[in-house]
Amino acid sequence: MNTVFQQVDISHYIYLSTVLFSIGLFGVLFRRNAIVLLMCIELMLNSVNLLLTALSTYMGDAGGQLFVFFIMVVAAAEAAVGLAILVMVYRNTRNTTVNFLSNLKG
Amino acid sequence: MNLYILLALPLLGFTINGLFGKQLPKFVVGALASSLVFIPFVLALTLWSEVKEAAIVSQPFTFLQVGDLNIEFKLMLDRLSLIMTLIITGIGTLIHLYSMAYMADDAGYYKFFSYLNLFIFNMLILVLGANFMMLFFGWEGVGLCSYLLIGFWYHNPDFGYAARKAFVMNRIGDLGLLLGLFMIIQHFGSLDYQVVFSEIAKVSHPQWVYTSIAVLLFVGAMGKSAQIPLYTWLPDAMAGPTPVSALIHAATMVTAGVYLVVRSEVLYTLAPMARDLILYVGLATSLLAAFIGLKQNDIKKVLAYSTVSQLGLMFIALGCGAYSAAMFHLATHAFFKALLFLGSGSVIHGMHHEQDIRKMGGLRKAMPLTYVTFLIGTLAISGFPFLSGFFSKDEILLHTFHHSPWVYGLSVFSAGLTGIYMFRMFFLTFHGTYRNDHYAFEKVHESPILMTLPLMVLAALSLSGGLLNLPHYLTHSHSEALAHWLEPLFVFGDAAVHVEPSTEWALLGVAVSVFVIAFVWMRQKYVVQGRVAENDDQMSGSAKLLAHKFYVDELYDSLFAKPLQALGTWTYRVLDRKGFVAFTDLMGKVTHWKGQTLARIQSGNIELYLIIMVLAAALMLGIELFA
Repeated sequence: MNTVFQQVDISHYIYLSTVLFSIGLFGVLFRRNAIVLLMCIELMLNSVNLLLTALSTYMGDAGGQLFVFFIMVVAAAEAAVGLAILVMVYRNTRNTTVNFLSNLKG
Repeated sequence: MNLYILLALPLLGFTINGLFGKQLPKFVVGALASSLVFIPFVLALTLWSEVKEAAIVSQPFTFLQVGDLNIEFKLMLDRLSLIMTLIITGIGTLIHLYSMAYMADDAGYYKFFSYLNLFIFNMLILVLGANFMMLFFGWEGVGLCSYLLIGFWYHNPDFGYAARKAFVMNRIGDLGLLLGLFMIIQHFGSLDYQVVFSEIAKVSHPQWVYTSIAVLLFVGAMGKSAQIPLYTWLPDAMAGPTPVSALIHAATMVTAGVYLVVRSEVLYTLAPMARDLILYVGLATSLLAAFIGLKQNDIKKVLAYSTVSQLGLMFIALGCGAYSAAMFHLATHAFFKALLFLGSGSVIHGMHHEQDIRKMGGLRKAMPLTYVTFLIGTLAISGFPFLSGFFSKDEILLHTFHHSPWVYGLSVFSAGLTGIYMFRMFFLTFHGTYRNDHYAFEKVHESPILMTLPLMVLAALSLSGGLLNLPHYLTHSHSEALAHWLEPLFVFGDAAVHVEPSTEWALLGVAVSVFVIAFVWMRQKYVVQGRVAENDDQMSGSAKLLAHKFYVDELYDSLFAKPLQALGTWTYRVLDRKGFVAFTDLMGKVTHWKGQTLARIQSGNIELYLIIMVLAAALMLGIELFA
């Protein structure tokens, strides 16, 4: 059961993914460029992926890694759709700032 | 043979003409509708000898199952329903043929024939049904067809109102019938004729049960057969095309009430109080309608009141317990009244939609065939010796005489009035001088063969209809054929009549002299003296009262319609506008207002949304962790 990964203490993985998640989260909250926003969401998803793989390795349970594949598929789909929307938005408005898109205001 | 074929054919005609009639040529529509009524007539004729004392019963289906009550869709052909079936399909065929010419120029030609077929279908269900539920089904169905056909020319709002009036008045009667059926279910646990009637015959229930069921069923009959107080719809029903008046409002549908009472003979024999009620209602209706008929100037209105009066006479017979006499009069009345209505239709057709007899006169030269057949019908209904109406009316009068002299006196009086109003109308229409300035006499024409042929057939039937049930003083071996034929169906049978032959001849003499008086008086007044019915503004006193139909319509209007309308207006203005509508409006306003307030949160600022989302997620996580 002793693999190369387990040489590193589990807490390091947790810290790393927490930091990555927080960077992503703050990016989402405080940046206005939609492309950066998408990147930050991607970062958050991947930090969760990292945590899942790490924990599944340590627990000897492949389920977590399986989960990662699903998340990656969904993330890819989300990125494709999100970028497509962005391209269309840019073509119409010459702008990718999220605040600009407030036409749905009630 | 399967009885369902009798029903299926008219239904098929209704379906085909209703769905595709618009695309088909007119002749095909008419011929199809007529033949799909004629074939059941022929089939029913072939069954004549097969119908023995027991009925032919069809394969039953489950119609309705509620708890212990199982109501079947089942047909039954016995001698009573066979007679009704033959009248319905036979006269129905003639009237279909007649309509092919009468309605030839109508835009709704195909619709008319599909309605007629639907009517025949429902009427056959009514008479062939083997339980009260089937009867009720047909009862409602013919009511619907009657409504549709009275309001056939619905572009005229008055005709639409007439149709609605017929529908509403019938609905009142139907409620009585329905309550009667509920009581039958409650006390006898079934609606099947055989079960119910054999249960009733055991006389195991208290008297009031029989009486109230009988009265409730009679309330239904009052509505359908236009008896006091529900008769007012029938004269207004003349708004429909004339063939409809002949078929539905003279020959078949309005006799459904008589059929119902004859069918429930056991019940009515055991409920003498209900039978007395029938007798008095019939008597009052017969007299009232005959009086009103004296002063009507619309050719169809006269016939309509005459129908009400004759139906009253049938109910007098039922009230005296003369069931087969009532059936006999029903059959002969179907012949001569259909003839008279079709004849009046021929006159209306030839006069280009003129219905006022004051604007007719002298038509015998222009319309010889119509004249002769109409004369036969008039003679038959007024009781000319040895025509059909003479025999059937006479038998009823004999029963009334046996019942009580004063009922007899009033019935004879009513029969005399029949002669008076019929000859008044007849002479004003066909004799004297032509009185219409707006339509040249030369333009009045005899109707086409398709219309006169049914007239001739019906005239032959009116002449010979008495053969159905000849009285015993004419022939010994073949007397009272109809009564003997129906006898096995009845549990108690007709009330027995014992009258001395001399009395019987005296009664005949009275009947004939009443006829002669009516004929001579009217001939003197309208042919010899050449008088014409007075105009509306010249009328006074009793004539005005009669011409306005005793103001019964006005009475009902102020007694029921006006208060109900006022109530309706009140509920609309107060309950509806100020109550329910205000409440629902309030709900809408509150929602709208709240929506406007909440819409401000949706600012379009995605960053804000995200912050709210994250904070909310954090909050939920925090609750999960620390609480």
